[in-house]
Amino acid sequence: MQAKPLALTILDIVSVIALGVSAYLALVFAPTELVMGDVQRVFYFHIGTAWTALLGFILAAVFSVIFLITRDLKWDRLQVAAIEVSLVFFFITIVLGSIWARPAWNTWWTWDPRLTTAAVTELIYVAYFMLRQGIDDPDRRARFGAVYALVGGISAPITFFAIRLFRTIHPVVIGGANAEAQGGFNMTADMRVAFFFALFAFTVIFVDLFWNRIRLGDLQNQVEQLKLTVTM
Amino acid sequence: MFFQEATPDTSGYMIAGFVIAFVVMGLYVASMYLRSRNLKQDMSMLEEMEKSTPVQKQGVKEPSNRKTPKTVTKQQARK
Repeated sequence: MQAKPLALTILDIVSVIALGVSAYLALVFAPTELVMGDVQRVFYFHIGTAWTALLGFILAAVFSVIFLITRDLKWDRLQVAAIEVSLVFFFITIVLGSIWARPAWNTWWTWDPRLTTAAVTELIYVAYFMLRQGIDDPDRRARFGAVYALVGGISAPITFFAIRLFRTIHPVVIGGANAEAQGGFNMTADMRVAFFFALFAFTVIFVDLFWNRIRLGDLQNQVEQLKLTVTM
Repeated sequence: MFFQEATPDTSGYMIAGFVIAFVVMGLYVASMYLRSRNLKQDMSMLEEMEKSTPVQKQGVKEPSNRKTPKTVTKQQARK
C-alpha cells in the first residue's frame, strides 16, 4: 500500500479543527432560539450531515454511470466509499432530527413525507451493502451495485424536495416556507455564520472520510488480488 | 412579551444529540482504522506466503522430475 499522502494528513487535521470550530459556533457562538431553546442547536449538525449525505448519494449515482460505461472497478470503489460515508452521515441526520422532534413536535417520530423518504433512503443504502455481501464475483457485484446505486440515487432528490413538494410539518428553513411546518424559525446573522460554517465543515469532513475510505477500498482490492495469486 | 412563555430548557436533548453525533463519527473512524489495520496484517501475511510458495512448488515438482529420467531409462533399456 502506498504511504499516506501529505495532503490527506493535512486534510485529516483540517477536518478535526473544522469539526471543533463548528461545534463551538453551534454550542456557544449562535444565540439560543427563544421558542425551542438549546435543542435548536442540533440543527447546524443536522443540516451539515444531511447536505453531505445527499451529495454523497448523488455522487455515488454518478460513479455508477461512469462504472457502467467504463467497466473500471476503480469507479466501483469510489461508489462504495461515497455510499458508506453518506450512510453514516445520514444516520446522524435522522437521529438528530428525531431528538429535535421530541421537544418541538412532542414525538420522536412521525410518518411525515420528509421523515418517511429519509428513512426509505437510509434503508435503501443499508440494503445496498447487504446486496453486495451476497455476491462473491467482483465484476458481478460491481455491476449489480452500480445499477442499484443508480436507481437508489433517485431517492436523494426526492428526500430533498419532499418538504417543498408535499404537505409536511417539517420546516423549510432555507429557500422557502411551509404553512404546515411546526418548529420553523428565522435565522439571525450569528445563526447564519454557524449554519454556513457547519455546511463547510461537514463538506471538508466528508471529503476527508471519502478519501480515506477510497484508500481502504484500494487496500482491500490489493489483498483480494494477492489472495488469488497465493491460492492459484 | 407578557404573554410569551419562558424559553424551555431543552439542553438535555441538545447534549444527547451532540454526544450521539460525535460517538457515531468516532465509531466510524475507529472502524475504518481497525479495518485498515487488519487488511495491512493480511497483506503482510499474504506477502510472506507468496514468498514461500515457489519453494513449496519446487518441492512438489522434484519427485515428478526424478521419475521422468527413470522412465526414459527403462524405455531406453527395453530398446
